[in-house]
This record gives sequence, structure tokens and C-alpha cells, in this order.
Amino acid sequence: MTDHAYNFAYLDEQTKRMIRRALLKALAMPGYQVPFASREMPMPYGWGTGGVQVTAACLTPDDRLKVIDQGADDTTNAVSIRRFFQRTAGVAVTEATVEATLIQTRHRIPEQPLSEGQILVYQVPIPEPLRFLEPRETETRKMHELEEYGLMHVKLYEDIARHGEIATSYAYPVKVEGRYVMDPSPIPKFDNPKLAGNPAIQLFGAGREARIHALPPYCDVVSLDFEDHPFVASKADACCDLCGSGTSYLDEVITDDRGSRMFVCSDTDYCTSRRAEGQRGRLSPEGRA
Amino acid sequence: MGAGELGIFGKMKLQPLLSVQGLTKRYGARIGCADVSFDLWPGEVLGIVGESGSGKSTLLSCLAGHQRPDLGRILYDGDDVLALSEAAWRRLLRGDWAYVHQNPRDGLRMGVSAGGNVGERLMGTGARHYGAIRATATDWLGRVEIAADRIDDRPSAFSGGMQQRLQIARNLVTGPRLVFMDEPTGGLDVSVQARLLDLLRGLVRDLGLSVVIVTHDLAVVRLLADRLMVMKSGRVVETGLTDQVLDDPQHGYTQLLVSSVLQV
Repeated sequence: MTDHAYNFAYLDEQTKRMIRRALLKALAMPGYQVPFASREMPMPYGWGTGGVQVTAACLTPDDRLKVIDQGADDTTNAVSIRRFFQRTAGVAVTEATVEATLIQTRHRIPEQPLSEGQILVYQVPIPEPLRFLEPRETETRKMHELEEYGLMHVKLYEDIARHGEIATSYAYPVKVEGRYVMDPSPIPKFDNPKLAGNPAIQLFGAGREARIHALPPYCDVVSLDFEDHPFVASKADACCDLCGSGTSYLDEVITDDRGSRMFVCSDTDYCTSRRAEGQRGRLSPEGRA
Repeated sequence: MGAGELGIFGKMKLQPLLSVQGLTKRYGARIGCADVSFDLWPGEVLGIVGESGSGKSTLLSCLAGHQRPDLGRILYDGDDVLALSEAAWRRLLRGDWAYVHQNPRDGLRMGVSAGGNVGERLMGTGARHYGAIRATATDWLGRVEIAADRIDDRPSAFSGGMQQRLQIARNLVTGPRLVFMDEPTGGLDVSVQARLLDLLRGLVRDLGLSVVIVTHDLAVVRLLADRLMVMKSGRVVETGLTDQVLDDPQHGYTQLLVSSVLQV
């Protein structure tokens, strides 16, 4: 199964060493963006080149890998990356969150709470939370250095002024350990509370931008807000139509041309395991709950 | 507070808010400004006039910290500004000092609503209550004669005069003590200029601001400035009370400058 033309997990040992050094530095300074010498990967930028490099640097032959894309194990991106590491590292893979030792994710945190010893690797498109407010890299670095984060609140102010509430629904900025403001990658803000105090190690890799940031276990992460407009972890006001869960994050699916729609869990593993337990939703083929 | 010495009358000894000593900035072999010294007292408006290229903008950008002077000292409230850490210096720029650009587009965030523009300095200094920020912004828009219902419009939807007034509100909202203005009325037509000057004069008097204003328009300094500094080729050629300098210019260049003003 393993493609022996490549070193274990595709990257050469010196590259993995370089990435591990960046990871250790990032873990030592939670929320700080550590530059690293990002490599060309055999996939286009935007498909998770940063996450793949971090995963490659963390993988050991004993690991059990899970890859999800928007919560799903079975989409193109997830399947390709999982297969990539099956070929180049020969590691075991799984779709079950509890069984995985290393989970690479795009835009979601699994519903199943993570535990100590697990590593969650995020694919990050743009790691700089201030980028769309301040285009100059020199200036954003200076702002991080001097903790000048007033501008972040200007963005939230504009949201409330225009929409009556904080309309930012993903990539919602957080403050880590009372110091760095961090972009948690485009996860829905529903997942923001799971960033805080998580027993797992959370690593963020941005390939094109060549930055790594990290949250060590049990890290203090606070979503930014206003005193009179507190942070709300929102989700669609419905239950999953397949498993009936009222607490998981939902995707809305249009089912025909007449506007019929259904809500399904975005986390496929969570939904599948609930259905295996016999939970039923509104549209379950086996009938109503 | 600066040095808390007691003067002979048992009161706090007065000291200038801003004291500039021997300020020099060169651009290679050319002189930007040379050996400029002056004191600015609390509540005073100092006008700096001179033709284009006389070094007045260089001087202002050195004072406001946009450029670092080659020689000289700048004391603010008795503290050497050039020796401050960058963090302390930027805090000064966000709170105690303000800078009004000639072109409001340089001083405003064009993609952010008027309320957000005014609120930015508040949020930058720690305000985290949306209602309070908005109330303050509304109040300041009123003070600079912008209707409250324009608070959610972007500055790009404003006229030039409104943009300039918005920039002033944005700068004054944190209650700065020292304001630098670079040609604040440049590019505005005369009737709008007159209203803006009126507004500025009122704000300066009500808030007790100390202002350094750079302009080539003698009418502006006649209305606003208490004291005047005339610059030529990077050097100060004449200083004095505004009326004194304008009505009885001593230096040849000042005489030329005053006589060059077009009479209508």
C-alpha cells in the first residue's frame, strides 16, 4: 500500500524537523503566527497544503488518521488527503472521531468531544485576523506586537451597525490566553466555544501564507464581543432530519426545485453513529422518531 | 503630569505642553527643516506658514512622529518623545494626540461607516460597550454638524467638507490635548472653509486644545492661530503674535508673503 518512492509521510526528515520546530514555538506562544518554510505540495493552494504539512510532521506509523472537510469524511478533499497519507505513510485511517489519534480538519471541529492525546490539525487559508482590516503585513505584525486590537472591534461594530447583531458567522476572531488575537480558520462560530479548554492539541497550518499557529491543551480562548452584544454560538434553528440531533451544527440542503430543504448534521461521523444507536429524524427512511 | 515643582507663588509651575529644541531633518544633502525651536503652551494655537517647500510639512511630520528627526529634542509634558518606546508613543498617538490630514481620505477609513470611524479611537483605547460607543459617536457627529441619521453611511457618500468634519470628530473623540493639523481647509471651497474654520475655532476654545496648524493660507491662521511661525527654506525666519506678524511683518520674506495675498 505504501508508496516506497517517498519518505514516510511524503516530506523529507529535515523538512518535518523544521515544521516541528515551528509547531513547538507556536505551542509555546499560543495564538502567535510562527513563520515556517512552507513547501510545495502535490495539491493546489487552498486545498489544505498547510494542514497536510503539519499532519505530515506529526504523523507516526502508529497513528490512526481521520480527515474531515466541512465535517464530512466522504468529500473529495477529505478522501484525497486521507488517501495521500495512506499511500505515503501507510498509517491506519478511521472515520470515527474517538478512534483517531490525529484529525485533519477543514472548517469544523468534530461534535464528539476530543480527549487528551488527540491532535486536531486545521487547514487555514488566511491566518491573519487583521488582514482585511489592515492590508500591510508590517503593520499587522506591529499591531500584534503592541496588542493594538481596537480595529478588530471596529469590524464587529460595523456588523452591529449594519445588521443589528454581530453577523460574522465563521472565522470569528478570538483572543488567546489574554494576549494574541487569532483567526480560528473558517470554522463556524458555533465551534468557537470548543476551542477553549480543549484537552486535545490544536494546530493550525497555512501553506500559502507560510504560517503556523497553535493552541496547547486546556488553553484559554475568548471570542471577542461587546459588553451589550455578547458572543452567541449560533446554528440553524432546526434538528437534523436524519438523526434528530438538536445540538449539532447543521448543513441546509436544497432537495428539489420547489424550495424543499432538509437539515443534516455537518459532522457525518456524529450523524452516522447516532443513527446506528437508533436515533431517527424527520426524513429518516425507516420512519419517524 | 510633568515635573511637579512648585513655583514661587506655591502653584504648579507652568510648563509648555510641547517644547521643541533644535529640530533638524535632512534629506541627504538637502535640508528638510533646520534648527527649529519653539514652545507650545496649553490652550495655545500655533500657526506655521510658508510657501510650498519651506519645510513646514517636514516639521509637522517630525513632530507627529511620522518621521524621525536627525537632531533635536521634542518634549511633551516634560517627557522626551523621541526616547519613548514605540508602544508608549503609539498610545500617545491614539489618545493624547491627534492628527488631522489635509486629505480626509488619508485620515479616515473609507470602507467603514461614519460611526465606526469616530468609534475607532474609542475602541482602540479600550471601549467595549456598543451602545456607549454609538452614543458618543452620535454626539460627536452632532458637534461637527453631521446629521445623526448619517451615522451608518460610509465617508465615501459624504461631501469633501463633511469628510473633513468627520475626520475632525474622529480625532477629537478621545479628548486629545494636542492636535496637529496639516492644511485642514485645503481643497475646500471658501464657503465650506468658512464654516469649518468657525467650527474649529469653537472646538479649540471649548475643549482648550493646543494646536499646531500648518497652512499656506494666511486667512486661516489669522482666524485660528494665537502665534505664528514663518518658515523659509527649512528655517524659521520670523515668529510672533499672529496679528503682529501679519500686520507688521519684519522679515523681507514675511513682507513678501503678506503682500502676495490676493485682495478681493
